[in-house]
Amino acid sequence: MEFSHKASGSYTEVLASGRLNMVSAPNLRAYVGEVVASGSNRIVVNLAQTTFMDSSGLGALIGCLKAARQAGGDLRIAAVQPQVKMVLELTSMDRVLTSYSSAEEAFGNE
Amino acid sequence: MARFWTRLMVVLTLILGVNYIGWRWAASLNWDAWWIAVPLVAAETYSLIDVLLFGMTVWRLKERTGAPPARPDATVDVFVTTYNEPLEMVMNTALAAARIRHPHSTWILDDGDRPELRRLAADHGLGYVTRGEDWANKPRHAKAGNLNNALMVTEGEFLLILDADQVPEPDILEKTLGYFNNRKVALVQTPQYFTNVPDDDPLGSQAPLFYGPIQQGKDGWNAAYFCGSNAVLRREALMELGLLGYVQETEKSIRRALAASKKAIRQARKAADADSPLVGDMLDEVEAAIGQADSQLAAGQSLSELTYEVQRKVDAAVRALVQADVRALQADLEEIAAMDLAAVGDTGVKVITDEAVQRLSAREWSPLGAMESVQAVLDALSVERAGEAQPLMPLATISVTEDMATAMRMHARGWQSVYHHEILAYGLAPEDIGTMMTQRLRWAQGTMQVLLRENPLTQRGLKWGQRLMYFSTMWSYLSGFAAIVYFAAPVIYLLLGILPVASLSTDFFIRFIPFMVVNQVLFAVAGHGIPTWRGQQYSLALFPTWIKACTTAARNVWFGRPLGFAVTPKDRQEGGPRWSLIRPQITVAVLLVVAAVVGSVRLATGLAEPVGTLVNVAWVVFDLLVLSVLYKAVRYRGHAPGEN
Repeated sequence: MEFSHKASGSYTEVLASGRLNMVSAPNLRAYVGEVVASGSNRIVVNLAQTTFMDSSGLGALIGCLKAARQAGGDLRIAAVQPQVKMVLELTSMDRVLTSYSSAEEAFGNE
Repeated sequence: MARFWTRLMVVLTLILGVNYIGWRWAASLNWDAWWIAVPLVAAETYSLIDVLLFGMTVWRLKERTGAPPARPDATVDVFVTTYNEPLEMVMNTALAAARIRHPHSTWILDDGDRPELRRLAADHGLGYVTRGEDWANKPRHAKAGNLNNALMVTEGEFLLILDADQVPEPDILEKTLGYFNNRKVALVQTPQYFTNVPDDDPLGSQAPLFYGPIQQGKDGWNAAYFCGSNAVLRREALMELGLLGYVQETEKSIRRALAASKKAIRQARKAADADSPLVGDMLDEVEAAIGQADSQLAAGQSLSELTYEVQRKVDAAVRALVQADVRALQADLEEIAAMDLAAVGDTGVKVITDEAVQRLSAREWSPLGAMESVQAVLDALSVERAGEAQPLMPLATISVTEDMATAMRMHARGWQSVYHHEILAYGLAPEDIGTMMTQRLRWAQGTMQVLLRENPLTQRGLKWGQRLMYFSTMWSYLSGFAAIVYFAAPVIYLLLGILPVASLSTDFFIRFIPFMVVNQVLFAVAGHGIPTWRGQQYSLALFPTWIKACTTAARNVWFGRPLGFAVTPKDRQEGGPRWSLIRPQITVAVLLVVAAVVGSVRLATGLAEPVGTLVNVAWVVFDLLVLSVLYKAVRYRGHAPGEN
């Protein structure tokens, strides 16, 4: 799994491409942790290129949400793919992490 | 009496052939030109072995007098296999199959899954079978897969297999079923004969030597083999092969998986998060489960029990990991809720249900999927044969020509086969050289795959006669390499004056000529005057096809590369003569003509000596006569039945 991020005005977009699984989940936590530590606390994780997520991946996303909230900000997700959407719905995490159709929309109402 | 003469000729061929080739190796090589001398003597040795294998085949030529009456209650399924042939052709064959007199069910096995054909079959009350959903994303195994699929949905004791173009006689089963009264007989093969071929057979479609003395000879060794169509098979024998193959493949796959497991787990430890104790714990569990399976296998425990236990333990370890993930997630959620209650929603902290945990632990979404090497090992530790559409594959799938491999496995299991030498079905041969070459390439590739995957010389259960009978067919497909040498040697002499033999003296002629003569007489006697020249021409003239078959099959078997396999189209290809198909042969022909001219000039100017030039020009003429078959073949545009 590969990560990159770019600052876009009021938020920072983190792009995660590949499979968000047991092996890559700790890397996502670490990556988002660094982005938050560098001062951005409004994060959009763009999942357009995340083709798969397992329980560890889901745990990492929630962990990242916690990190953002602890820093006084928020974490939102965008462009969720079908398998990831199914996992979110199955675990009711879609009620915690609303998925937006694109990164721009995630903080669009603020 | 015919048998006496045949055997006499075989003995003479053996004596004179060994006499000639022995002398060639021992006393005739021109070592100064070893680069052509050694290939030539090797090619000649190849040809001697080829003719001796033919001699061995016809030594036991078996002329059967017909089958005893069939059991009237023997149940039969007639399979008409099709992929993309015209519907009219398929229905013509299928309706003729329905008219076969012995009670039977007729099935169209449509690998093209054509709704129109399904409707036609229903209209005529014929069975229709296509691949089901089980085959989605699984290896299809071409015709073997088509037949294996149909075997699972039909139930006749015997199966008559017909290609889409092979129109059967109504008495085909009456003539063949009686052989199965012998409980050991698993296969009765009848000839393949083509009605759309003129007398001079420019594409060499009829194989009178093969569907004649060769199969009759193999029959004498109990090695007549299945040729894909016009044959009756015993379901019990096929099913036995399927079961046996299933057990062997499963055990092999489990052993391989266990052997690979240590490395896979080590890799997974390296790749996974080293700090995560959860992942480490899970890998420990997996390793322990696999270790136990290994000792259970050594102790002879059943494969199903042992794999079930591994899977159960691994499932438990995975579930523990998912539960731990979920617990951590839940704890995070609670912390978030404590910080800012409103943000997690009005209903409080979400609780992930047991059902969700179960689903997240299942194969599809399991975290173990991240460790592909470990997952692959665990997938292989199963008895479901997950890589295939169905566990039982009665027809061999190791080759694009399933027929020969299947027959060989039957023989290795002690079954017997019969070659019934009477035309009972009438087919359509390719009508253009391109289609013909594709078909020959496919046969040759299939035969080579069998040789490389299941070499008959080392198959347990086969008798030595049977091993050599199968090997003989494979050996004959190596002729492309010999052909190149036979084309090159005279060209090299006539252009450069380099002779691969030390001298063209009396020593040479008194050994070579008697061998050549007796060789030709053997074919004439064994073949009862069957025209064999067409076959001899094609065994040399199609040398690029034979070589390509060998190289692609070797790459496929050893390196897993695709064969570039094509189904043989049965309908005519359009367009003008396709000379480009025989470019290598045209090049060779031009070289031969140039060599003959240059050689003659060298002779006239005293640069070459007469005997050598004469022998080599004669050789060039022979080579050109061999290649001349292609001129006619490229221009051939098909033939309507009954034109002769």
